[in-house]
Amino acid sequence: MPRATQPVLNAKVPAGRLQDKWDAYKDVVGLVSPANKRKHTILVVGTGLAGGSAAATLGGLGYKVKSFCIQDSARRAHSIAAQGGINAAKNYPNDGDTIWRLFYDTIKGGDYRAREANVYRLAQVSGNIIDQAVAQGVPFAREYGGLLANRSFGGAQVARTFYARGQTGQQLLLGTYQALSHQIATGNVTMLPRREMLDLVVADGHARGIITRDLVTGQLERHVGDAVLLCTGGYGNAYYLSTNAKNSNVTAAWRCYKRGAYFANPCFTQIHPTCIPVSGSYQSKLTLMSESLRNDGRVWVPKDTGDPRPPSQIPEADRDYYLERRYPAFGNLVPRDVASRAAKKECDAGRGVGTTRLAVYLDFAQAIRRLGEQAIRERYGNLFEMYARITGENPYAVPMRIYPAVHYTMGGLWVDYELQTTVPGLFVLGEANFSDHGANRLGASALMQGLADGYFVIPYTLGAYLSGTALNGRLTTSHDAFAQAEHASNKRLRTLLSTQGDKTATEFHRELGQLLWNHVGMARTREGLESAAKAIAALRHQFWERIRVPGENGTYNKYLEFAGRIADFMELGELMARDALAREESCGGHFREEHQTADGEALRNDEDFAHASAWAYTGNDQAPVEHREPLTFENVQLSSRSYK
Amino acid sequence: MAKSMTIYLRVWRQAGPEAPGRLVDYTVADANEHMSFLELLDVLNEQLIHRGEDPVEFDNDCREGICGSCGVMVGGIAHGPQQRTAVCQLHMRAFKDGDRIVVEPFRAKAFPIVKDLVVDRSAFDRIIAAGGYVSTTTGGAPDANALPVSKEAADEAMDYAACIGCGACVAACPNASASLFTAAKIAHLALLPQGSIEAPQRAVAMVDQMTAEGFGDCSNHAECEAVCPKGISVHGITRMRREYIKAVLR
Ligand code: FES
Repeated sequence: MPRATQPVLNAKVPAGRLQDKWDAYKDVVGLVSPANKRKHTILVVGTGLAGGSAAATLGGLGYKVKSFCIQDSARRAHSIAAQGGINAAKNYPNDGDTIWRLFYDTIKGGDYRAREANVYRLAQVSGNIIDQAVAQGVPFAREYGGLLANRSFGGAQVARTFYARGQTGQQLLLGTYQALSHQIATGNVTMLPRREMLDLVVADGHARGIITRDLVTGQLERHVGDAVLLCTGGYGNAYYLSTNAKNSNVTAAWRCYKRGAYFANPCFTQIHPTCIPVSGSYQSKLTLMSESLRNDGRVWVPKDTGDPRPPSQIPEADRDYYLERRYPAFGNLVPRDVASRAAKKECDAGRGVGTTRLAVYLDFAQAIRRLGEQAIRERYGNLFEMYARITGENPYAVPMRIYPAVHYTMGGLWVDYELQTTVPGLFVLGEANFSDHGANRLGASALMQGLADGYFVIPYTLGAYLSGTALNGRLTTSHDAFAQAEHASNKRLRTLLSTQGDKTATEFHRELGQLLWNHVGMARTREGLESAAKAIAALRHQFWERIRVPGENGTYNKYLEFAGRIADFMELGELMARDALAREESCGGHFREEHQTADGEALRNDEDFAHASAWAYTGNDQAPVEHREPLTFENVQLSSRSYK
Repeated sequence: MAKSMTIYLRVWRQAGPEAPGRLVDYTVADANEHMSFLELLDVLNEQLIHRGEDPVEFDNDCREGICGSCGVMVGGIAHGPQQRTAVCQLHMRAFKDGDRIVVEPFRAKAFPIVKDLVVDRSAFDRIIAAGGYVSTTTGGAPDANALPVSKEAADEAMDYAACIGCGACVAACPNASASLFTAAKIAHLALLPQGSIEAPQRAVAMVDQMTAEGFGDCSNHAECEAVCPKGISVHGITRMRREYIKAVLR
C-alpha cells in the first residue's frame, strides 16, 4: 500500500477544546443583520427533516427561502418512514447519559471514521431538538406522570431514545412541515412541490442557482439564489431494493458532484438487520422493522442446517440465539452492521429459515410471556400490524422472519465543519452529506442529525458565508451558466426519450442493484469489486443504447424521471466500487473479507485509513481523483470495537 | 409456494387535467398473492412500456403506508377492500384468481386530476398553512419536560397526529368533505398544552380554508373513518366543531 500522496482537504474545524469548539465558533461567527436577511434568497432542495427544518428556520429568521420537493407535498419526504426514535443526551432516565457519552457512542458506533468535532456538536444540540419538537406539538410517548418516555437502541447502554409509537420520523417530519407551513403563510418561504433538481448552477465560482424540472408540465425552470442547501437524502436506492422510498435518489447530489463538489466515502452504506425478507422478483422495495424491536425480540436460527420444522416445533435446546451467544454484553442490541453480518453468516451456513432460507427469526414469545401481549401491542402495535399486512402472518403467534436490507448511506457529499462543500455557497445537510456517522450509523441518529443540521447548525454557518462573501447582487437567471446548465439537462432528457431501445429503466435498475448487492453489499472482496466496477461500466454503456422510456417530456412522466435517476445511480455505483476497492480495511458497514479477525470480526487499519476519501469528478469515463481528509482523534482512543 | 393469479383490471386513463378520461381494460396474467397492489400496477406498466403504450401514472413513494402519497379507488373503495390499509400495503391475497378490479382516481372537486390516477391534493397543504401549526420559530423552546402532558392526552393527540394526508376521507365522503383531515390536525394540537393556546383561531382559519378550497360539508356519514388507513376517529370532527363554536362565541 503506497503512503498517501493524495491532496489533503481542510475541514476548517475551529481550534480549542472539543467541548468549546461550537460555542467559540458561534461567539465570533459573522452575522447577517435582520434588514439584510430579507435581501438574500436561499434555495433549499428537499423537505425531509434536514431541508424542512432548514427552510422553516431560515424563513423564521427572515431570509427569502425557496423550498423544493419532489413529492406532491412537503409532508411526504422519506424521513417520514423512520420508525424507532431520535437520540438525545437529556439523561431524563438518570441512567448516566451525558453529551460526552452520546458523542462517544456515535464515534465508536461509526467505527472511528467520522470527524470528532462534528459529532460532538451533534451531541451538544441533541437536547435542543427535543425541546423544539415538543414546543411544536410533536406527541412523543410519555410516562404516566406526564414526563417524556425513553427507550434503548442498538450500540448504547443507556436509554436516550425519544419516540412517538413506531412513527417517530412521521411525527418529527410533520412538526417540521407544520413549521414550514407557518413560514409559507408568512410569505418568507415559497414552496415548489413536484420539482426535481436536475443541475446546480455555478457562476463566478459560487453556487448561485439550480435547474429544476416541473414534474407535472415537464418545464425546465431556472432559480437564482445566494446559496444552495442540498437536503436530498441518501443513495440507498442504487441497490434497487432498499427501504428507501421509490422517489429517493442521488440525482441532485450527483449533479453537484459533477459541478465540483467532492463525494466522500460512497462505500459506507448501511445494511439494516431487521427487514421483511424478499418474496419475489416483482418486489419493488423492502420494508424495515424498527430496530427498537430488538429491545424485546430475540434473534435466533435453528442449530441444524436446513431444519424443516416450523419454529413452534423447535425446542429451546435446538435453537441458537447467536447474537446473545456471540455478544453477551450487548446481545440483541449490537450495532446494525454487526447484526447484519451475523445474520448473513448464519444464512450462508445454511441455517436460514423460511422458503427462501434467507431469513432469521425475531421472536417475541419470551417478552409476551414476561410482559403480556398488551404491553407488546402498546410498544410495537403498528409494526406488528405492518408485518402482518405484508406477510400475511401473525407475529404475536409466530416469530417474525427478518433479513438485512439496504437502509441508509453514511457516505455523501463532502462538507467541512460549516456543512459547506468544495463549491462555495453549496451546503449539504442530513443524509446527503457524509459527516457524522462514519462507517456505520447508530439507530435513532439519522433524525437527530437531519434536525441538528437544519435547526441549529446551518443558521450560523450560512450567516458566516453570506456575511463574509461578496456576491454579485445583480446576477440573474439570464447568466450564461444558467443557459448552459439548462441546455445540458434538456439534451439529456431528449436523449432518454429518443433512444427507444428494448429495455426498461426498471430492468436496468434491477441489474445494477444485483451487482451492487452481490459485490458492494455486506461482504466485499477485491475480486468482486473489480468485476462489479467493470460490469457496471458495461451496463452504463448499454443503458444509453438500449433504454426505452415511454411517453413524452411535456407531461407527468414517472418513467422519464426514473430513467434519469438510474443513469446517475450507475455512475455512482462505479464510484462506490472504486471507493470500496481503495479502502483496504474493514470498518463499520464496509466489510472487506481480506481484512477480518480470526473470529470473523471487522479489522480496521487505522495506520493507513483513518481518513475520509473524497472523490473529485474529472470527466465522463475518466478516473476521479481521491482527496483525503485525515481524521485526527484527539479525544477518543481508537480501539477495536467490541460489543462482547 | 405463492399462488399465481390472473387479474382483470379496468383502469381510468386520462392524459391530462382537461383531457377526457375513460376506463381501459388490461389483464395481468402473472400476479401472485404476495404482491402488493402497486406492484401489480408496476408489472402492468412494464408490459405496457414493452408494448409501446403509455404506462398508468399513479402517485406513490414510501410504499409502507406512512407518506400518504398513494391513494386510488380500488373496486369503488378508497385504498381498496382491506380496512386500515393504504393501497401500497394492500396485498393481492385480498383478491382471488380471476377477479375484475376497477381502478379509479380519488374524485373530488378540490382534487383535480393531473393524469390517470394522479390527483392534485395541494388544497390539503393550504389548509395546514392556514393554521395547522403551533406558531413558534426555532430556538428559545423551554426544556421538553418543563410542561408535563398526561399520557392520555399525549396518546389521544398521537391518534389524530397519525393522519398521513392521503385524501381517502375526501374520496369516500358523499359530500367530498375534508372534515376528517382538517379535524385530525385541529384535535391533535388542541389536545396538547403547546397547541391549545391557538386552538380556537386555528379551527376557524382551517375550516374556512377548507370551505374556500371547495370541499363539502360534513353530514355525519362517517364513510371517512371507514376508509382511513390510520383509523382516525370521527370524534375529531366533534372536537373541531367545538373549537369552532368556542371561537365564534368569543
Ligand atoms: S406510498 Fe406512502 S403511504 Fe402508500
